[in-house]
Amino acid sequence: MSVRYGELTILERVSFSVAPGDWLMIVGPNGAGKSTLLGAVSQAIPYEGKALFEGKDVARMKPALRARSMGMLAQSHAVAYSFSVGEIVRLGRYAYAPGVFSPRAGGDEVRVRDALEMTGMTGLIDQSVLTLSGGELQRAFLAQLFAQDPRLLLLDEPTNHLDLVYQQQVFALIGEWLRGAERAVVSVVHDLSLARMYGTRALLLDRGRIVSIGGTREVLARENLEKVYSMDVYGWMRELLSQWEE
Amino acid sequence: MKTHPEGFRFHEYLLFGAATLIALALCVCAGSVSIPLKDTAAVVWNAIWKLPMPEGISADAIILSVRLPRVLCVALTGASLSLCGAAMQGLLKNPLADGSTLGVSSGASLGAVVAIAFNITLPGLPFAGTVAMAMLFALASLLIILALAYKLDFSLSTNTIILIGIVYSMFVSSIMSLVITFAQDKVRHIVFWTMGSLQGTSYENALVLLVTLAAFGAAILLHARELNAFAVGEDNALSVGVNVRRVRLAMLVCVSAVIGVCVSIGGTIGFVGLVTPHMVRMLTGPNHRRLLPASLFAGAVFLLLADLAARTLMNPLELPIGVVTSFVGALAFVYIFYSSRKGKNRA
Repeated sequence: MSVRYGELTILERVSFSVAPGDWLMIVGPNGAGKSTLLGAVSQAIPYEGKALFEGKDVARMKPALRARSMGMLAQSHAVAYSFSVGEIVRLGRYAYAPGVFSPRAGGDEVRVRDALEMTGMTGLIDQSVLTLSGGELQRAFLAQLFAQDPRLLLLDEPTNHLDLVYQQQVFALIGEWLRGAERAVVSVVHDLSLARMYGTRALLLDRGRIVSIGGTREVLARENLEKVYSMDVYGWMRELLSQWEE
Repeated sequence: MKTHPEGFRFHEYLLFGAATLIALALCVCAGSVSIPLKDTAAVVWNAIWKLPMPEGISADAIILSVRLPRVLCVALTGASLSLCGAAMQGLLKNPLADGSTLGVSSGASLGAVVAIAFNITLPGLPFAGTVAMAMLFALASLLIILALAYKLDFSLSTNTIILIGIVYSMFVSSIMSLVITFAQDKVRHIVFWTMGSLQGTSYENALVLLVTLAAFGAAILLHARELNAFAVGEDNALSVGVNVRRVRLAMLVCVSAVIGVCVSIGGTIGFVGLVTPHMVRMLTGPNHRRLLPASLFAGAVFLLLADLAARTLMNPLELPIGVVTSFVGALAFVYIFYSSRKGKNRA
């Protein structure tokens, strides 16, 4: 797919695929087009080309079917009204009873409860989202995504605003979710160490084009990173790590 | 923190319904001539069942041909505007969205004024020309305002929308002045639209309002879950599987139709859709399955009380109802704007 705003090209003929069990990490410097790529796949940004899910054109899918196939977690959430955590998570079940007259799907409440439990939000179910910390808010929307139970998760820097504890928690949670049958994750991350640790595959993007795609270790090889980031990334990572030697 | 159940429950319908009935009764009884509740009830009861008017009550004409139709129109207009305000605030995720702040009401009144000035009527239905033009102009205004807003600022932030609404209202009022200069003979009639008043409304007006509310208001009420998703965020609505484009268009059409009809009957009555949903949200929480029905009743009560104030405060002089609602609304606007800014700084 390609994404253009008038004369400006953000993504130029980018093509990739994910299989069940994959956690594809999209990495690259600022302005590479990572978030745009995810936005286009999730149908939030207009694009040229095609996005296929099991052979079906995502753009032509009914919105509810699309939501049961793929769900998106944004990097931050500006909530304007004091919805409760429970209300946010229950919205995740919309795709199972969409439209005005459809009956409620069975097992909705069980799914909601499980999602809350998985994310450790059960105790906050009645809390207003306006009073949550950044980490709690992100976990509330992650719970919504788990309740939605799509087969493919699209995550745009899911832990961008979170401290280390939440960062570790969120990645561990998604890793656990991925162990279920027929599931895959595509996420944009800045932190290359996280990409190496959790990713099964990686896609290195620079100025709207794919530099490398494949296994995490090959893609995040020294020469690729040096070319894209114009610095000695490996050296820098080692230097950071050396701060922790006792 | 208090838990709000998902839907609007039976006893809440009873409670809100009772409050509306009390306000209705109060507004029929009170006024320049105050009529005892017992007499009012007797007159209305006998009129409904076509019984002869009770002896010794001279106020039956005031009640049946002046106050009752007006009070019904006031209640229906209040309910309609309030419901539209609540729906737009959810749809645009913006607590300051309302027919008057967005400029939709001004657009609708321009439609009505054009219809009056150039005698645009539908064959056989003299009244329908104004209504149709007001609805059409309301929808066109909403589309123009939102298209501009999306172009300038995709996130539809509060400031952008309000600013565009103000500019649009000014633009519309300049066109309105132009139309008025071409139709000097109808100036008095036209000025009425810019003031907002439900004085002298009829049972036919009430029926038109009721039918509109039953059709388009019901459609809004049925989209409560979709509006919840929009109120969390349009990107979130897209992710959970709401048909974003279809729902947005449906809501805009409904809101324009309802506001168009309200404006063609009562002129621009500002801020009702801003004040009531905001107050109701404090009671019910932001879930539209509770907010929308509660706003319907609360809007009726609010406008009934505003109309009562307009009729009685400066007795025997009557204020236009729009003056009262704008006075209350402008203060509420400042308060909501201030508190939403404060909330943003904290986050």
